[in-house]
Order: sequence, then C-alpha cells, then structure tokens
Amino acid sequence: MTTTKPPPTEPPAVAPRAKARPGDRIFSRSAQLAGILILVILAGVAAFLVREALPTFTADPSEIDGGEGFFSYVWPLVFGTLAAAIIALVVATPLALGIALFISHYAPRRLAQGLGYVVDLLAAIPSVVFGLWGIQWLAPQVQPAWTWLADNLGFIPIFTGPASATGRTMMTAGVVLAVMILPIITAIAREVFLQTPTLHEEAALALGATRWEMIRMAVIPFGRPGIISGIMLGLGRALGETMAVAMVLSTGGFTWSMVTAGNSTIAAEIALDFPDSSGLKTNTLIAAGLVLFAITLAVNMFARWIVSRRSEFSGAN
Amino acid sequence: MSKRIDVGDLNVYYGNFLAVEGVSMAIEPRSVTAFIGPSGCGKSTFIRTLNRMHEVIPGARVQGKVLLDGEDLYGPSVDPVTVRRQVGMVFQRPNPFPTMSIRDNVLAGMKLNSNRMSKSAANEVVERSLQGANLWNEVKDRLDKPGSGLSGGQQQRLCIARAIAVQPDVLLMDEPCSALDPISTLAIEDLIGELKQNYTIVIVTHNMQQAARVSDRTAFFNIAGTGKPGKLIEMDDTTKMFTNPSVKATEDYVSGRFG
Amino acid sequence: MSVATKPPAQNSLAHNQLPRYTTQLVLVASAAAGAGVSALWGGFSIVSFAVLSVLIFVIVNTVLSAVVEGRRKAVDKLVTSLVYTAFGLALVPLISVIWSVLDNGTARFSMDFLTTSMRNVTGLNDQEALEGAAPFIGGAYHAILGTFLITALATLISVPIGLLTSIYLVEYGRGRLARSITFFVDVMTGIPSIVAGLFAAALFAVLFGVGTRNGFAGAVALSVLMIPVVVRSSEEMLRIVPNELREAAYALGVPKWRTIVKVVVPTAISGIASGVTLAIARVVGETAPLIVTAGFTSSINTNPFSDWMMSLPAYVYSQALRPLSGSSPQPSFDRAWAAALTLILIVMLLNLVARLIARLFAPKTGR
Repeated sequence: MTTTKPPPTEPPAVAPRAKARPGDRIFSRSAQLAGILILVILAGVAAFLVREALPTFTADPSEIDGGEGFFSYVWPLVFGTLAAAIIALVVATPLALGIALFISHYAPRRLAQGLGYVVDLLAAIPSVVFGLWGIQWLAPQVQPAWTWLADNLGFIPIFTGPASATGRTMMTAGVVLAVMILPIITAIAREVFLQTPTLHEEAALALGATRWEMIRMAVIPFGRPGIISGIMLGLGRALGETMAVAMVLSTGGFTWSMVTAGNSTIAAEIALDFPDSSGLKTNTLIAAGLVLFAITLAVNMFARWIVSRRSEFSGAN
Repeated sequence: MSKRIDVGDLNVYYGNFLAVEGVSMAIEPRSVTAFIGPSGCGKSTFIRTLNRMHEVIPGARVQGKVLLDGEDLYGPSVDPVTVRRQVGMVFQRPNPFPTMSIRDNVLAGMKLNSNRMSKSAANEVVERSLQGANLWNEVKDRLDKPGSGLSGGQQQRLCIARAIAVQPDVLLMDEPCSALDPISTLAIEDLIGELKQNYTIVIVTHNMQQAARVSDRTAFFNIAGTGKPGKLIEMDDTTKMFTNPSVKATEDYVSGRFG
Repeated sequence: MSVATKPPAQNSLAHNQLPRYTTQLVLVASAAAGAGVSALWGGFSIVSFAVLSVLIFVIVNTVLSAVVEGRRKAVDKLVTSLVYTAFGLALVPLISVIWSVLDNGTARFSMDFLTTSMRNVTGLNDQEALEGAAPFIGGAYHAILGTFLITALATLISVPIGLLTSIYLVEYGRGRLARSITFFVDVMTGIPSIVAGLFAAALFAVLFGVGTRNGFAGAVALSVLMIPVVVRSSEEMLRIVPNELREAAYALGVPKWRTIVKVVVPTAISGIASGVTLAIARVVGETAPLIVTAGFTSSINTNPFSDWMMSLPAYVYSQALRPLSGSSPQPSFDRAWAAALTLILIVMLLNLVARLIARLFAPKTGR
C-alpha cells in the first residue's frame, strides 16, 4: 500500500548510466559518423562549387563569355532552362494526370497493375536514351508541326518563324523532357489517387454522383497536395535534366522563339562546354551550375513544404 | 536458478511525467506473481523496469531500487544487457524472429551473443527448451522451418522456449495470452504452472480468472485518473486477494464492480 | 423522347439512357469519318486520321449523351473520353522510345559489339563499311567495362555510408543531428546530376590538379547521387521492422548493436538489397556527371584511378553527337543505338533482379 504523498516536482537526475559496451560504442559511433559524412559531403559540394565559382565574380566582366559579366552570361541560360521545363510541364501534367486517373479509376484492375509496372520501368530508362530518341526519331517527326505553328501562329513571339529544318528546337527538347517527367508525375499522382479513402468515394457515389463527379468531389481534393508536389518534383527533374536537352537542342544565343534553333539551358551548356573548357570558362560554368542548384533546390523545397503541410501524404515523394 | 526480487520505493518516469509511483514489493523465488489492474495503470511499465526493458523507450527512467537476490539492477556500472540475460521476458504478441528457423529461434539468445557451442550441446538446449515449453512434440520434425509458420499459440510457446533457453533466473510475461485463443491460452497457463518449479515468474494479465488460476500472489495496480501516476494498491496471496481483499478498490475491481 | 428508352411513366427510377453499344458504334463511325475527312484533306496520313477520329468521337459522343442523357452524364462521358485519350496519347512516345531502341539497336547488337573496343576504329573504316568495302568494326566493350567499374566503385562508396546513415537515423538518431541529416539527405536527392559531376570535377581539380579525369572521379560524382537514394530506401525498410523483434532480442540480453546487425538488418535485407539494386539501376544510366568527370576514350582502361575512362552513356552520347565520320555517320548512330539497347537491357535486368531479391529473400511469414 502506498501513502498519498505529493508527487516529487523535480524529476530525479538521470541514474548513473552503465558504461556502454565497446561493441555498442563502436557501432553507434560509426553509424553516426556515416551520417556526419553526408553532411560533410554536402558541405564539400557547396564549398568546392563556391570556391571554384568565385573567380567568375572577381574577374573582369569583359573576360566572361559574352564580354559583359556573369549575369548577362547566365540569364539567357536561366531563361532557356525555365522555358524548356515549362514546356515540359505544360505538356506532361495533363497527360500524367490522365494516365494516373486511368490507372487508378478507369482501367480494369488487372490491366492497371501491369500499367503501374510499365510506368515504373519507364522512369528507369536512362536520360541519354531519351536524348538519342529525341534527336534521331522525334525531331524529324515533329518538325512539320513546328513549321505549321511558325506559319500559322507566327505572330505569337514564341512561335516566330522560320522554324528550324532539323526540328532540333526548344519545343522538341521540351517534349522530350515531358516524356521523361511523365512517369514521375504519373507515379506520384497515381499513388495519391489510390490512397483516396474508399469511404469518401462511396459517400460521393451514394449521393448519386457520376464517376467524374465522384472524382471531382473525393479524389481530386484529397490528392491535390500530392499532385502539386508530383508536378514540382517533375519540374525539379526537368530543370536539372542535362542530356536530353544537350543532345536534342541545337543550342545558340537567346531568342524568344521556341521553334527555331537557339537558346540553351544551364545543364546543357555545362555538359557541352565543360569537357573542353579551361581557365575562367570552367569557373563560369561552375558558377552557372550553382545557379542551377539554387533553382532546383528552391523548387524541391517548395514541393516538400507542400507535402509536409499535409503530412498524411507521406507516400508522395 | 530462481531468484527473489525486492522492489523498494520505485518511481518510473517518462521524461518529466511520473508514470508509476512508490512501488515496493517482494517477489518470492519459484512462485507466480500476477499483476492486475485497469489499462494504463502502469503494470506493463512496471514489469519492464524489472529487466530494464523500459530503457528502450527514449526518456524513460526510474528512481528507486530493484534487488535481484540482493543485487541492485540499477547500481552503478550495471549493464542492462547482463540484467536481461538473467531476467527473461515474453511479450504480449508472439514475436519469433522471421528470418530464423524454429531451431535458430530457440538458440537466438546464444547465437546473437555469439556464444559458440557444439552441435550436440545446441541440440540438447533446443530439445530441453522446447520440452520445457511443451512444444517439442509438435515441432520436432520441422525444426528447420521458419518460426513464423507456427500458429499463434505455438509461436508464443516458441518465444517462451527462446526465453528459457538462456536459463534466466526470472521470467517476466507481459499479457502473454492476450493475443491467443482459449485453447492456446490454456496450454500457456499449464506451462506456467510447470515453469514455476524452476523460475520466478511475474505475469501481467487483464484476465482475472487467469490471475486466479495461475498465480500464487497477486498485486493490484490502480490509477487515480488520467495524468496521475499508477500505484500499487495491494499485494497479497491470490486466494486472499480474490476472496477477502483488504482494500475496497481491489474488491470492486476483482468482482467487476469497478469505478 | 428518345427511341432508345422506355416511357418514363412505368418506372420512376428509369432515365433516358443510350443503349450500351452506343459508344462502340460512335467509335466505329468516327473512325470511318476520320479516315474520310483525312483522305479528303490533302491525302490520308496516320496522324491526321488519328487526331480527326478522336476529335469526332469525343464531340459526337458527348453531344449525343448531352441530348439524350442530360448534362451530367455528358460531362462524365467527356471526361472519360479525355482520360482515355490522355492515356493513348502518352503511350505514343513511350512505345516509340522502346520500339526505336529495339529496332535500331538490334542492327549492330552482337557478340562482337559487346567484346570489342573502339581502339583504332576511324571514320575511314565506317565509310568503307557503308560502301561494303570493309566489315563493320568497333564495339562498346571498353564502355561496358568502364560503366561496370565506375558503378561498382560508386556502390562500394555509397552502400556503407548510406546503410550506416539509415541505421543511425532509425536506431540511434534523435535531436538536431538526425533532423539535419534527414533534411540534407532531402536536399541531396534534389541535386541535379550535372551539379554532382561539377562537384567531383572541382574536388579532383583541387586535389590532383586541373583537368584530372578518371573513373574514380566519376564514381565520386555518382555516389553523391546514389547515397541519398540508398539512405531513403534503407531507412524506409528499417522502419518497417517491427519494434517487437528488437524488444525480443533486447529481452534475451542481446546488446543493441548485435540486435541491429543480426536481427533488424537481416529482417529488412530483402528490401534494402532491392533498394540498393534500384539505386544502381538509376546511376548506371547517368551521363552528365560522367562526361565532366571520367571523360571519353576509345581504348580499354581497367584502372579507374588514372586516365580517362569510357562509360556506356558517354559512349551513346559521343557516337550520336560526334560521329566518327562526318560524311557517313550512320555506323556511329547504329553504335549509339546498340549501346543504348545494351544500357536499357542492363537497367531492366537490374530492375528485374531488384524485384526478384525482394520476393525471394523476403522473411517467410506464411503459415
């Protein structure tokens, strides 16, 4: 039996801990070390990139490519990077959502599972293969479409003619990127669509909703953060993707037109020029790489922030 | 082999939260002691302090003394790992290691500590432990099959065999039958009756009939309300606890008129 | 009233509904109409036929439904058609990628291709080969070897670091350090592959002199991409190991590190191994980091610590963009396709292996 005494307000000091066994200590230390090593590597990435990029900013602006300093060198590349990624997103997002809905709510169950597999496999195809496909197969196929756009919608700045005869344009690069990010967005969207609570779906159906109304009432609202983060991750991938653009696009100076040769992206510029670069040019390219890193970092952080706001979508990354 | 436990004024904390307060009790060797009480009263928390398993939960710590045959489990430079080798534990849900065969599960306590032993010695331990857990006849022909292929009751007896294979002094059982059907429960209860010849057994149970059937002594824990610490209300011989307890709350609880 | 329905007076639940075969009927009709319009409009072509048929189908089906069944049903049908169309449209490039790799890749894919390098193969050879004056020569052995060595090195670096980190995060990690590791692993997953390449290039430039390129630098670049993938997948697998197993081991008096090494990791090993295999499959196709770190070569190099080293992706890239012979590039393109086929086969094989590992080595839980 216990007497009622007031519970001690101060918790006791931690009991003298037993000496940890050497095995335990070695093991936990090495695990911790591995974790710290990752931080060191990342700090190293940042430090080396910044160190190697610095000469660009201290150098005489006339020595930088283009002769007007780093920022006038890098902004057309940033423009190209964003343009290619945006084209990719505009093309890929509706398609990806369509496929995801098809797999989650329209296709027969057995077919759906197989399709899920196929989508996952497509995400594994190396980008250089997409690049090869883009330059050798897609570019000639879509070239007439760009000519048509230039002829009929040429008054819109981005479709200003004359269209490239080879089809190696920003639009083609964007389409290749779209094909590449399609599986990413699809996979995430499909996952959140499948996670929609059956109760919500049945509640909607019980109210007499058609299949589309059910999707609009139950599936889309539930999946919205997942969809957005999928799109953002796709965007991050498209921004950082190198080979598809480096191989497909016939790079050149800045132009508004997306159907002619010209423009370049940061990643493509680095891939094309870095192997043969030296001196200040190397520093400039590394500085451009830092800019790319900053952009993708911002996009990825935004995506994760959206996901974490609704933490129940933990499966969505 | 069997040792007595003396607990002196034990407090258990989770962080700054006092979960169990001021428990003192004596547990005799070669006896079965049952802990009963409503959910959340701290009996599971308390039983875990008897082999320092509560330390697995971050922030959990105790104040007070637990003596195993006079030796303080919480003394300075006492290794919890050594404590647990002497005080075995069986859990609520059967948890055989899924990557190991039945045989390896029984030997897990030695193998995981990389005690080398001859094949014949190992065979002897396996047979002795499985016999001890009343499982030998059911599994002797499939010792190399995975342990997770057994039924729930068999798995729980396998876990008991695994616990007694290392020849502990005390066996703690935290609601060992709550995930089992009545027939498996009966098998475990029979087993407990046999095991007390050799071990000090402490069992947490929600089932008062079970406590009455298997135990020699019963301890009743209660809690004044949520956020309050759990306390030991009364501990006595089981027959007395179930027929003529000295505290009103105990009587209400064992007779089902709780509250 | 539509002819297709019964008079509503008989059953208040009955609605105007199109007969079930309407959709198929409309589909056939629009295909026919599409073919006709396509033929009339400046010559039949598959593309215009497909576009027109789908367009006609979507419009007719929706309008028909709107007239007979009402607006809500019509919207539902419209969306259904759109979803199917999106799916069909997406299949086009995806099938075409696989088809063109198979179709073009098999032209030069042979034992010779897998076992010879590009050493002493010149544009002249290619020209003569096209004219039929000489046999096709030149393969990707050196690139396959390079890919194998670089990927193996990257795996050797990444798996211990990644696995130990995930163990730290799951079993030990608490507080600020663990939180910041989790955060920065997230950051690392977002590093563009070319930036990882730049890092390795910059690191080796500082350590061993400007312009240092070798297989090891490539492996370091790939590790930067691989580590976060390994951490994430292993962490996920370790977290689903039930706590009860850890407690069972602790209760047997097993020290924590032995519990982790002998109980927790073995229980999760199938998931960890398949995650590692998928991570390898991901980096094996990485191109950008390798062309800035490992460089290009036409010869076999078995030492990843010195001299430039070819890899399969870099091989595809160089053969496609810098054909040996500018005037007759086809042999180089064929090589690029064959290498792409090889690469895809490796990736698919790795994916298959990952699935097999996950299935075969999963803890048996069946009764």
